[in-house]
Amino acid sequence: MWQTSLCLIGLALLCLPFFDGDIVHTDPGYEISRMAQGVLQPAFVIQGLGEALFQTVALALEAVFISALLGFGFAMLYGIKGVRTLMTFLRSIHELFWALILLQVFGFCSLTGVLAIAIPYSATFARVFAEIFQETSKYPYHQLNGGHFSRFLFTTLPLAWPRLNAYSRYRLECAMRASVVLGFIGLPTLGYLLEGALNMGRYDEVFTLVLIFIALVLGMNRWAKGPVLAMLLLWAFLYYPPVLFPDAPWQPQLILQLLHDIVPAPLQQSSEARHFGAWLYALWETQIMPGVFYTLVLGQLALVAAAFLALFWFPLICTHTVNTSWLRNLNHFFLVTMRCLPEFLLAFIGLIFFGPSMLPGVLALGLHNGALLAHLVGNYSNEVRLRSDGGSGINRYFYELLPRIYPQFLSFTLYRGETIFRETAILGVLGIPTLGFHIDSAFEEFHFDKAFILIMVTVLINVGLEMLSTQLRRHLHAAQPSLRAS
Amino acid sequence: MGALQIKEETLHYGSRPIIHGVNLEIGRDETIALLGESGSGKSTLLAKLRALQPTQVAWCPQDAGLVPVLSVFHNIYAGTLDQHVFWYNLRNLIRPYRHEIEKVEEIAAQLGIADVLRVSVDKLSGGQRQRVNIARAMIQKRPIFLGDEPVSALDEYQSPEIIRLLVAQHSTCVFALHDIDLALLHCQRIIAIAQGEIFIDANVDEVDPEQLSSIYRSHRNTSGSGPGSGPRAQV
Repeated sequence: MWQTSLCLIGLALLCLPFFDGDIVHTDPGYEISRMAQGVLQPAFVIQGLGEALFQTVALALEAVFISALLGFGFAMLYGIKGVRTLMTFLRSIHELFWALILLQVFGFCSLTGVLAIAIPYSATFARVFAEIFQETSKYPYHQLNGGHFSRFLFTTLPLAWPRLNAYSRYRLECAMRASVVLGFIGLPTLGYLLEGALNMGRYDEVFTLVLIFIALVLGMNRWAKGPVLAMLLLWAFLYYPPVLFPDAPWQPQLILQLLHDIVPAPLQQSSEARHFGAWLYALWETQIMPGVFYTLVLGQLALVAAAFLALFWFPLICTHTVNTSWLRNLNHFFLVTMRCLPEFLLAFIGLIFFGPSMLPGVLALGLHNGALLAHLVGNYSNEVRLRSDGGSGINRYFYELLPRIYPQFLSFTLYRGETIFRETAILGVLGIPTLGFHIDSAFEEFHFDKAFILIMVTVLINVGLEMLSTQLRRHLHAAQPSLRAS
Repeated sequence: MGALQIKEETLHYGSRPIIHGVNLEIGRDETIALLGESGSGKSTLLAKLRALQPTQVAWCPQDAGLVPVLSVFHNIYAGTLDQHVFWYNLRNLIRPYRHEIEKVEEIAAQLGIADVLRVSVDKLSGGQRQRVNIARAMIQKRPIFLGDEPVSALDEYQSPEIIRLLVAQHSTCVFALHDIDLALLHCQRIIAIAQGEIFIDANVDEVDPEQLSSIYRSHRNTSGSGPGSGPRAQV
């Protein structure tokens, strides 16, 4: 446990010299004052707001519905090695990269958005559902006679149902964020309006849009359940079905074209094939190596920043440290608000202040994930019982609370780490030179062969980090017999 | 079929031997009480008997393994999953057939739980849950009933009534019990496990009550009148 923590901090310290926090913008104060003005005078009328709002919700609902069904199916087959490998591969490509790929074939239609989210989410659902089924008691199953699926239906499935449900709801929240983020590359969701408003400096509109999105996510425990959810789903499929543009017919040759274009340029003509080595080396030297390095450094710094923020923040909602319930509720509200905004949006705003350096990236990832971790750890800490004579104030925190929650905190952090690195790559699309920056540029220049190789590099990084995190967490559990027993 | 037979076998709990040199023959139309201290191997013996004739046995384990979020109806119906195809079971999970409800209702009425058929199991009392467990075994309509403490959570009026019901509806019954009076009153044959072996196996009118109660005293040094003299395990 201590080795893991010290390793994480040590790595972050090694990364620190490479941290470029230069404020490129000469006068952030000017933008800040304009933003403050926007906050004071939010916009009441925004062109196309209703439509963008519906698109955002419809896209998220459809994608989660489809991927939960597919993920459930694949979870049943998760024992098969081939299925596991395929799922790992599919979820290692971020939804934004899927969108960039699918755009080339389907254009800016709703089908692109739904598929871009549904493909990686199906694979994530498959993994998590399979884990939940595995952790569900098999005893009731073995007390019954009958076929595997019948017994599964009457024991494992209902036993696991509350967890499947809770996870799907959480995924819907993630999909809402993803839906907004896809707007930044041109799909007609709230993100599209946000990008326009941010670029034009219309901060009054930005503030209103952000408030609406926060209300939408915070209100999820009202609208994302039971008959309301069923009605919304029906409405989404009826009025915003995941289809191609009506005036742009299905063009299968575009897929063939894309498959042709992702072959490295020198290999497309046999006479050029000998230049492949040089081509690959140039790509390695100018994009892959710097991109990977920047991604890893930024991700590691963000991970440690989020972890420290979480340790600092979780006492805000812990019953052992804050006695007043209204204050705890207020803090709770603060954390939920922080975590409900996408990192991508926070980074975009940060970039306006600080220019394209690591600073906005670390801040965005740290704040969002720090709030999320603080929320998880805080809820966990409320289930922990302390000694009644365990001191108070800072002593209680360090001698009672922290040691009891630490293993769980570390496990959450490692799990979250996978997502942080994944998101780090994405921030490149905004201009921070992580891998996503090079991928986005390659797409813009129609160098699909380079984009393909760079995306495969992110796959390798994500798969590697996922294995590392799984290994570390298993090690952590083995060192904690009490955790394993529970 | 009918007879369950174990010949000179040592039964294991996990990898630990728990009853040595078991010789048992259980015929049709027998009602047997299985007695012994907790941990003596009653459940292990029952599990062994179940494994001998898995398709003939109506199984009523001590830990019922009921599914808390499902209704009483669904938990009882689950006893008959093997009698139907998957799609039929799926339909019954989502929207039960009228005739299946009636079938379950009939058994639930005999056990006094017909009024809670639509209630989810997590809202039931311990005694009600135990009756759901029994109903799930009864609905299988199989000739051999194996019950591990089937009535331990029921009161002195309900217990004999349900034991009588079970005896009437199954040709062979084996009950693991801790209540000696219940065993003597309702069963024809007593099998008692003690000191890692079958300590008593006799007709109920041949059983010496003194000897029977001795199995519940720890650190006894009774010279065995039971069959066999295998090694004695510390259990």
